[in-house]
Amino acid sequence: MEALYATVTGILTACGIYLTLRGRTFPVVVGLTLLSYAVNLFLFSMGGITTGHTTIVDSGQPYADPLPQALVLTAIVIGFAMTAFVVILAMRTRGDLGSDSVDGQRTDEPREERK
Amino acid sequence: MDHLLVLPIVLPLVAGLATLIRREVGTRYKRSMSVGATALLVVVAALLVYMASDGTIRYYALGGWQPPFGIIMVLDRLSAMMVLLTSVLALFCCIYACAGQDEEGSNFHGLFQLQLMGINGAFMTGDLFNLFVFFEVLLIASYALLMHGGGKARTQSGLHYVALNLAGSSLFLIALGVLYGTLGTLNMADMASRIAGLGTDRTGLVKSAGLLLLTVFTLKSAMLPLYFWLPRAYAAAPAAVAALFAIMTKVGIYAIIRVFSLLFGDRSASLADMAAPWLWWGGLATLALAAIGCLSARDMRTLVSYLILVSVGTLLTAVSLPGNDSMAALLYYMIQTTLVTGGLFLLADIIDDQRGKAGARIVKSRPLRQSSLLGGLFLVGMAGVAGLPPFSGAIGKALILQSAEGSDRLWLWPILLIGGLCTIVAASRAGSTFFWRSHEGEPSGPLMGKRRGLATLALIGAAPLLSILAGPLTHYTQSTAQQLGNPSRYLDAILTPTPINQAMPTPAGEVSP
Repeated sequence: MEALYATVTGILTACGIYLTLRGRTFPVVVGLTLLSYAVNLFLFSMGGITTGHTTIVDSGQPYADPLPQALVLTAIVIGFAMTAFVVILAMRTRGDLGSDSVDGQRTDEPREERK
Repeated sequence: MDHLLVLPIVLPLVAGLATLIRREVGTRYKRSMSVGATALLVVVAALLVYMASDGTIRYYALGGWQPPFGIIMVLDRLSAMMVLLTSVLALFCCIYACAGQDEEGSNFHGLFQLQLMGINGAFMTGDLFNLFVFFEVLLIASYALLMHGGGKARTQSGLHYVALNLAGSSLFLIALGVLYGTLGTLNMADMASRIAGLGTDRTGLVKSAGLLLLTVFTLKSAMLPLYFWLPRAYAAAPAAVAALFAIMTKVGIYAIIRVFSLLFGDRSASLADMAAPWLWWGGLATLALAAIGCLSARDMRTLVSYLILVSVGTLLTAVSLPGNDSMAALLYYMIQTTLVTGGLFLLADIIDDQRGKAGARIVKSRPLRQSSLLGGLFLVGMAGVAGLPPFSGAIGKALILQSAEGSDRLWLWPILLIGGLCTIVAASRAGSTFFWRSHEGEPSGPLMGKRRGLATLALIGAAPLLSILAGPLTHYTQSTAQQLGNPSRYLDAILTPTPINQAMPTPAGEVSP
C-alpha cells in the first residue's frame, strides 16, 4: 500500500514538473494541476495511511488522523481557484499576445498553420 | 479589547466585501469606503503597536480553541510593527488610486482590501498552515491587482508571476506535509518546542522541510536565482499596486525571520542557523546583480524595481548576520525602504503622465510641467533609497554595516557601498535626463493633483521624517530584536495555559509571560 502510494505520488510529481518546464501555456497549466494533485495526495498521507478506521477520536478505538484531511480539503479548494484563474489567464495571454508561448513570442506561427 | 487582535484581518475583509456586494454602487461610495477602512486600519495598527510595546506577547484564539490545537493570531512587537507599516503604505496607495487609477478596471477597491487582509493575516498568524492560507489570499488578490487595467505587458508578466507562485505554493505544501508528518503539529510555538527535543533520526527530514520553506520564502522575497519575475511584474503593474507591492517582498522576509528565529533558533541544536549561509551568499549576490540592474534600467519603473531588489539583498544579508544589532538595524532599514520605494513608484507614474509619449523611459523629452516640485521629490526619494545622509537610508545602512563583525565586513562593506554608488549613478543619470535634458517645447500634461500629490509627498517624506524619528524608532526595533532573539518567551506565552483559560475557556486568551 505504502509503496504503491509513494510511487503514484512520485510519478505525478515528476510529470507535473516536466510539464511545468514546457514552453507553452497549456502544458504548464496541466503541469501545475498535476503538481497540485501530487501535493494533495502527499499531504493526505502525512497522518499515516490507515484503512478502515473513522476519523473520530473515541476512547480505545484506533482512528485515522483527521487533520491531514482538513488540510487537503483546504488545499484542494485553494488549488481549484488558482487553476481556474490560471486557465483564464492563459486564454487571455493567447488573446493579448497572439501566441501561447509563455514568453509571448510569435516564433511558432508556421507550426500552427500546418495543423 | 482582546478582539482588537483580529481586527487587522476582519476590517479589510468586511470593507472589501462591502465594496463588492453591489455592482452598481457609485465610485464615490467605493472610494470613501476603501479609504475610510484603510484609515481605520492605521488607527487599529497604531493601537496594536502601543499594546505590543510593553513587551507582552498576546494571542487571540480563533473560535476559543486554545493552542496548540486551535489557530491563533499572535501579537508581538514584530507583527504589530509590520501591520502598522502595511497600513500606512496602503493608506497612501489607496488615496493615490482614488485619483483615477481605480477606475481603469473593475473591483479595484475590493481586491485591494482583500490583499490587505492577506498581508495582515500573514503577519499576525501563529500557525504555519494558516500562514500558507493567508499567502494564497494575498497572492490571488495580487494576481488580479497586477493585471488591473489590462494591457500586453501586464498579462505577460502576470503569467510568469502566477505560474512561479503556484509552483511555490506546491513546495510550501510539501514542506508543511513533511513538518506535520514528523512533528505532528502546525502551531509554530508547538513546532519549535518539538524541534528542540527532536531525535537524530528525524533531523534530516525536518532540515529538508526547513530548506524547502526557505526556498518558498526566498521566492516571495525575490532572492537571486528567484528574482527574475520581479522587475517586469512591478514595472508593468499600475502605480498604486506597484507601490503596495513594495511590502510584498517584505512578507517573504518577515516569514524567513519568523520561521527561522522561532523554529530553527538556538534551541534546535544541530538545525540552528541552517539558513544563514544561503541567505548570506544569496543576499550578497542579489545585492550585486541588482546594483548592476539599476545601471542597466532604461525606464524609471524598472529602476525602482531594481532598487527594491537592492533593498531585498541588503535585508537578506542582514538577516543572516548573527546578533540582535543586525536584526534591529534591518528592521529600521525595512521600514524606510518600503515607504520610500513605494513613493518612488507613485512618482514614476506622475512623471510618466507629464512627459507624454516618452513616458517614464530615461530619454530626452519635453520639459515637465511641475519640474521643480517633482525634481525635489525625486532627489529626496532617490537619496533616501541610495543611503545618502541626512536621510533615513543612510542611518539604516550605517547600522547594518556597523553590525557586521570580523570577516563578514570584508564582504559586506564593499558590496553594500559599491551597490549604493551604482544606485546613485543610475539615479542621477535618470534625474538629469528627466529634469534637465529636455527639448524646446511647451510643458503639457496633467498636473499631479491633490490626492496624488499628498500620497507621493507623504511616502517620500518618510525619508527625512524617519531620520528625525530615528531615536524612538531604533529603540523600538532594538527591543523587537531582543524579543526575537529570545524565542523561549514566545513559547512560554503561548504554550503555558493560564488558570483562567483552564477554568473558563474564553474566545480570547491573553497571557503575560
